[in-house]
Amino acid sequence: MTTAVDRVLPAGPTTAARHPLFIATGSVAAAGTMLMFGMLAVWFKFRDASPLRVGKNGKMIHDWLPADLKIPEVATNTLAITMVIAAIMGQWAVYSATRKDAQHTTLALFITGLIGVAAINAQVAIYKQMGAVLADGAYQTMFYAITGTMLVLICTGVAFSLVAAFRVLAGRVSDRAVVTAHALYWYFLTTAFTALWFVVYVQK
Amino acid sequence: MTTVNLPSTLGAEATADSGFLGSVGAWLTTTDHKRIGRLFIGTAALWLLAFVGVASLLGFERIDSKTLTFNEGMMTQLFAASKTLASFGVMVPLMLGLSLAIAPTQVGSRSVMFARNAMLGFYLWAIGSALVVVSLIGNGGPGGGSAQMVDLYLMGLALVVLGLLASAVSVVATVLSARTAGTDLADVPSFSWAALIGSSSLVLTLPVTLGTLIYVAVDHHYTRVAFDGNMGVIKWLGWSMSQPQTFLYVIPAVGILAELAPVVARRKQPLRGGVFVGVGLISVALLGSVTQNVHGLAWSGSLIDKAKSFVPYALFNLLPILGVVVVLALALLALKSDSIKMIAPFVPAFLGGGMILTAMLGNALQLISSTNLSGTVFEEGVLVYISYGTVLVAWSAIAFWGPTLWGRMLPTKAVAGIGALGFVGTVLAALPMYIAGFADQQADSIQDFDYSGPASLWNAVSTAGHALFAVCVVAATVVAVKSFARGERVAGNPWIDGGAQ
Repeated sequence: MTTAVDRVLPAGPTTAARHPLFIATGSVAAAGTMLMFGMLAVWFKFRDASPLRVGKNGKMIHDWLPADLKIPEVATNTLAITMVIAAIMGQWAVYSATRKDAQHTTLALFITGLIGVAAINAQVAIYKQMGAVLADGAYQTMFYAITGTMLVLICTGVAFSLVAAFRVLAGRVSDRAVVTAHALYWYFLTTAFTALWFVVYVQK
Repeated sequence: MTTVNLPSTLGAEATADSGFLGSVGAWLTTTDHKRIGRLFIGTAALWLLAFVGVASLLGFERIDSKTLTFNEGMMTQLFAASKTLASFGVMVPLMLGLSLAIAPTQVGSRSVMFARNAMLGFYLWAIGSALVVVSLIGNGGPGGGSAQMVDLYLMGLALVVLGLLASAVSVVATVLSARTAGTDLADVPSFSWAALIGSSSLVLTLPVTLGTLIYVAVDHHYTRVAFDGNMGVIKWLGWSMSQPQTFLYVIPAVGILAELAPVVARRKQPLRGGVFVGVGLISVALLGSVTQNVHGLAWSGSLIDKAKSFVPYALFNLLPILGVVVVLALALLALKSDSIKMIAPFVPAFLGGGMILTAMLGNALQLISSTNLSGTVFEEGVLVYISYGTVLVAWSAIAFWGPTLWGRMLPTKAVAGIGALGFVGTVLAALPMYIAGFADQQADSIQDFDYSGPASLWNAVSTAGHALFAVCVVAATVVAVKSFARGERVAGNPWIDGGAQ
């Protein structure tokens, strides 16, 4: 006997979302970019408002970086290069995941995380070498605020790398979306840090 | 495009025999987008009551500018509470809650993308906003006397911003990635489009608030040299609670109006692409707000000076108005139909939309330097218009999508009546502020303003308007709770299907 329920058309297939993780990561990256660039804009504002003084080469410069503070250029440049390498490792993970190469994907993701940890270590080393005291003035306050925010973002990148690596390690090799989103996030981190490096450590 | 009402497969639904604790637990751990949206809306209603109460108190204190009824020290906190609650307690969460609840069903998704992230966003926002209120009560906030409470205010505000950001990301990901197969972005309903544009605007502007907030918080906690300590909070963060940033908060409200007009007209929206363009134009305001500067119009100097002043002014303040005008004009075009069948939710939507447009026009006027309105209560009038207007539109949305969200309907007369009364309350509360602004009554001040004109009358009328709006909010809450808890169950959406008027 045919019941009313039997005559009802079956439900359609569940719609698979199209790249939700990539889109969400893109949104977070956009938000993070606005965060860092907004902070850099305020940095510019303060730096431009600081009084002028004669620099070492005789040119007039803004008296923004306190005279007793020295930027450790080797450490900061190394940190910038480290971030670029992290982004390359993230892309290597995508390359390997596309070819369903679980070993290299895992390796690349762990290396990305490890490089992230190295970046954190480098930033802490910069803090130690500079010896700036947070409460000493406007520059120090803003320096720790902006670099500290970047440090937190790098920490989230390391966490992302570890989660992605353990997912692949657990056998989710075909789950390329996470690896792609992970690479995007590291591209964002590298871009944001490069801007910060140029403004805070190079231009000073 | 009609909405689809699919059951969530992710929600920890309470069953009939789960008891009270089980029901509470199911709500607290839910991943059902409708519940998350309703949590946002319900909690925002609570802060709305607080906001309207604060606005009424401030109005009452201003009636007699020579004497003080309340403690003078409270006033700084009350003004700060008014601004903070209007933006981050009412406008953004109301619109975001509606976006979370409605947008997934409109695009044909079973749930919001990253539902746990959206729920985390709600928790961060709810806890953060509670901390903000506690800090304001404890003499914190902008200009607060207690350093620890100012720190608490900044921390609470940071949590609020993070929470709203997290939920906004979920909305963006849902509309962009979880549409029914074959549905182009140009095919999504007007509200979903507005939810996408509004949430994207939040994603792009709230981090700028967060960055400045981090600077201000670190500076306030450690040194208080760079950002003027407690007095710098509003100076550096005030833009996020003022115009044109608030225009971005209410973008979904314009989408609601655009959604309802074709329903009333019983026809397809003519020039539908124009509605999308109009909604998109409002988001141009984000370019102005992230500069963290006021882009006023100083019509003086050489032609180049005038152009330098006019271009950013027009871009960031006039283009958003054009966006709303386009949407309203197309809504009216849709209503030019023989098959019009008025539905109650359209009343508050249309009136609220008008209030939002009035706020935008007022903002454009006050930024013209020769009007001398900057720094007067005219600015407060703009905020009242836009926030109360948004609440009216949200009320219409709750009534319109009530059957979808709760499976029950609000009474037709109550929807239209409260909407109309709320409109009267809004005009009474805000219009006297516009007039008093022309008389140079200073903003954020409760005494010692003396100008030729009936100062007491304007402030008394404004207070009456706030009080009337407070009555409307209480009435709306009572009607909604009663109807959605015990009202008649309905199938589908009778507003759309023609079962209700």
